[in-house]
Amino acid sequence: MPEPSNFRIPIGPQHPALKEPECFSIVLKGEKITSMNVRLGYNHRGIEKACEERTYIQDMYLIERVCGICSHSHATCFVQAVEEIAGLEVSKRAQYIRTLIAELERIHSHLLWLGVAGHEIGFDTLLMYTWRDREGVMDVLAMLTGNRVNYGMNTIGGVRRDVTSEQIPQILSAIDILEERTKYYIQIATEEVTLRERLSGVGVLSHDDAVHLGAVGPTARASAVDRDIRRDDPYAAYGELSFKVITDNHNDVYGRTLVRVGELMESYKMVRQILKNLPEGPIAVKAPRKIPAGEALSRYEAPRGEDVHYVKANGTDKPERVKIRAPTLANVQVVAHMLKDRYLADMPIVIAAIDPCFSCTDRAISVREQGNSTAGTMSWPTLHSYSIDWYRKQGIDFAELNKKFKIRGALK
Amino acid sequence: MAIALFNILIFPGFLFIGVFGMLAEYIDRKLYAMLQNRVGPPWYQPLADFIKLVAKEDIVPEQADARVFTLMPVVALTGTVTAFFCIPLWGTKALFSFNGDLVVVLYLMTIPTMTYFLGGWYSRSVFSMIGAARSITQLFAYEIPLFLCVLAPAMLANTWSLSEMTVYYNSHPWFGLFNIAGFVIALVALLGKLEKVPFDIPEAETEIVAGTFTEYSGRLLALFRMCIDVEMVVGASLLAAVFLPFGMHYGSAVGFGLYLVKVLFVVALLSVLRTIFARLRIDQMISFCWKYMAPAAFLQLLADLIIKGIHAS
Repeated sequence: MPEPSNFRIPIGPQHPALKEPECFSIVLKGEKITSMNVRLGYNHRGIEKACEERTYIQDMYLIERVCGICSHSHATCFVQAVEEIAGLEVSKRAQYIRTLIAELERIHSHLLWLGVAGHEIGFDTLLMYTWRDREGVMDVLAMLTGNRVNYGMNTIGGVRRDVTSEQIPQILSAIDILEERTKYYIQIATEEVTLRERLSGVGVLSHDDAVHLGAVGPTARASAVDRDIRRDDPYAAYGELSFKVITDNHNDVYGRTLVRVGELMESYKMVRQILKNLPEGPIAVKAPRKIPAGEALSRYEAPRGEDVHYVKANGTDKPERVKIRAPTLANVQVVAHMLKDRYLADMPIVIAAIDPCFSCTDRAISVREQGNSTAGTMSWPTLHSYSIDWYRKQGIDFAELNKKFKIRGALK
Repeated sequence: MAIALFNILIFPGFLFIGVFGMLAEYIDRKLYAMLQNRVGPPWYQPLADFIKLVAKEDIVPEQADARVFTLMPVVALTGTVTAFFCIPLWGTKALFSFNGDLVVVLYLMTIPTMTYFLGGWYSRSVFSMIGAARSITQLFAYEIPLFLCVLAPAMLANTWSLSEMTVYYNSHPWFGLFNIAGFVIALVALLGKLEKVPFDIPEAETEIVAGTFTEYSGRLLALFRMCIDVEMVVGASLLAAVFLPFGMHYGSAVGFGLYLVKVLFVVALLSVLRTIFARLRIDQMISFCWKYMAPAAFLQLLADLIIKGIHAS
């Protein structure tokens, strides 16, 4: 049994605060966190490698499944890189429709985050309210694309479905309702005492630390880092839209909440602009099956921050290499920094405040020792004893259990 | 003997308070759901949950102290049900009343919190131990304001017996109005005792899984859950008896009906309060209780003493 004053508690891989498996091993002194160890890698799916085995069109659908929430972000980011290599001119209408879906996706992602944040601090009423309202934007997305998530809207050279003139008033009326509800949430966030008490001064990340640790998206913008790919490096139709980049100088979770609700209001504005100025024209151009050799890097402002895709083509119908840098990878570094010397009670909301998406982030890296001929292969008994030693070093001894269930005997 | 057994087992003992506790839980959950724009559970949900848990296997962790671990749910339930016997339910007189029963009720209502602490501590799981430490820390924060608030009306009535207090306030009904501030403070303190939002810190799901109850399962968990329901009813009954003692002299039927209405009113207030707040941190909770609630409770006590002095002269 550990000393009562010095606990090590495992938050994860299975824990009610976490929606995905990852492990935060926390050392507690009373209620204070003295040190923390983040361990990812429970969710590696090998998507980057799988992309190399599939054609570009098949990759579109695979990439869309990197993330369940920002699926359009990854798909658009990937398709932009491929179009750049192939030299395709995407029509204005297709660009506008892509932007429309992107902003609707941001609305649904931020509303989802607001609910999750409420749940993490025990404010379930906020969760129920925001998720109810989120249904409005989910319905709009289902109407436009046929799906609530994983829209399958992009194709190389444009989009797959058009926005009809009958759909526009329906979208506008849904946006009107959402705007009104969001104003109410802004009022709650600024006036509700317990909510502010729980969010202010929690997970502090100074402007310099945010820049130094490379935070992205709302996490960085809440530390007054004025950085948004939509404005700094415009893609799709963002160059023609007028919008503000919301920043805040609270530097804490409260600031991140204000940035996200502020971005919601900007998204409503953008959706209205897009629907008003939707240009006429074709929605897609014909794309070649084989993409000429070349490479491209594509940046995209996903709801969680800057998403980066790198694609290298080799002239065949399959990519040579696809590299995805999900926004969570940039933000996960700041979590440990923000939790230092904070209370255990702040842990769930600080982790949730970066809006993490761990399965999007998991990558495998194999480190091979130079000159070691056995590197890369390990026999089953060696691996087994290696794993037992590894866990023994972590303080977990399976020897007793092994004796009990005769695991060693079964292996021979 | 037969009457005593009837009192202990049927009314107002285990059966009545069990059913009433489940009814209160249902109303709490249904109201909570409706305020959150949800449908909420059907009326038999608390009973169904209870039956399901009773049918499940009891698992005692290998490292846990098996005796304390299995005994605590029983002690918790017994303590709260005993407290119930001293509260007037159908008239101005409780089943057992003596001078000082108010203190006994408050003392018995502390027992469940102690059992949460011991049960959690002897579970030997990190989450349970943190939950246990939190529930005992929280006890020191809400207990003082709660005691002061409940004792203030007793000072005014010049008695330490709940039954005599009810008699006093029914003959001086306007005096009850002086205790409204105390009612509000006691209601908030009761949220702490019942470990409900914003004071559900000892069982904060997103931090320490289920806190004290993390390792409990089956019948033992069913008893603990039942104890929480009963605690809610006893707490609400105590508040109703101390702060809303009106109309208890019209006879048993009217008195009992009024009692049910008052308790459900307090339960509804508790549900509304837990809907509109976020969970506080333990340090915020303690500083809130000591900075605002305890001084406010002292003022209530002072106000009652002054009113008593004026009334006497």
